[in-house]
Amino acid sequence: MTWFSIIVSGIVTYFSRMAMVALIDREMLGTKVKEVLNYVPAAVFPAIIFPGVFFNDFGSFVEITDPKIYGAIVALVVGFYSRNIIATIISGLLSYWFIIFFLLK
Amino acid sequence: MLSKSKIFFKGIVAVLPHMLSVIPFGIITGAIGVELGFDPILVYATSLIIFGGASQIIFMQLLSGGASSLVAITSVGVINSRHLLYGAVLSEYLEKLSFIKKLFISYFIVDQGFAESNKYLRQNKNLSNPHYYVLGTGITLWFFWQLSTISGIILGSFIPEELGLKFAIPLTFLAIIVNDLRKLDHVFVMFVSGFASLILFDAPFKSYIILSPIVALISAFIMLRLKK
Repeated sequence: MTWFSIIVSGIVTYFSRMAMVALIDREMLGTKVKEVLNYVPAAVFPAIIFPGVFFNDFGSFVEITDPKIYGAIVALVVGFYSRNIIATIISGLLSYWFIIFFLLK
Repeated sequence: MLSKSKIFFKGIVAVLPHMLSVIPFGIITGAIGVELGFDPILVYATSLIIFGGASQIIFMQLLSGGASSLVAITSVGVINSRHLLYGAVLSEYLEKLSFIKKLFISYFIVDQGFAESNKYLRQNKNLSNPHYYVLGTGITLWFFWQLSTISGIILGSFIPEELGLKFAIPLTFLAIIVNDLRKLDHVFVMFVSGFASLILFDAPFKSYIILSPIVALISAFIMLRLKK
């Protein structure tokens, strides 16, 4: 049964990757739709980022003092000015670790 | 004119920084699967067959928690439906390919690969073989994902949980969009999406992952109409 679920999940996931690339003709999308598609990264990624920062493992809101919030702010500032992915991730992690291992100890 | 292999290589280089979060996440995914009591082969099969980080973890958690296959499959489908949006964007660069090649390359469409491909290809519209860039990003992510989930399966979670490395996931996506904070219209769409995800977080089947982007894209559509 587990194998069956994995395979069906795999087919569903593959379909979501393939459908718009292989089955849909781009001509079918109007200019307005194409214009809106410019915003796909801005529309998708915050929906992963916000819950990752503002919710804990149990799905409830973190407190305003949560280290993740400050790590994210540092990463945001560093990323904005450095335009560098590694610097963004590392600065976020380091400031997060600094808070949990030094300030909260 | 850039050769195919050069474009492919550029794709590889573009996603390498994201391995900082992809590798720990892969290790965690493999280790969680084994901890939940799944056969190592099954855990690995999710990486090969489903190939979608968060959806694999939720899939295994649901099944081990006694949820029906239908619930597990539906959740995976809902979480991964965001790829429809990636496909719609990338199709601009893949439309000239043969049907078979489209089927092949589709398997490698992943969040970070989509984001980096979109960023690069938008600025290099007249590139002759843009799909090599998409492949370079996708195959790199695929390779490291397989490798890291396998290490998680074999070694268990050798990453101490206190490190909170799960936090690297929002950071990697933050790194993707942080540059667009310079554009006010994008900032608006980001906040709509972010707030929507906080409000919709408890919606069934983790559907906030696709509902929030839909809300954000509708607001982008309205914004564009008002601007005109």
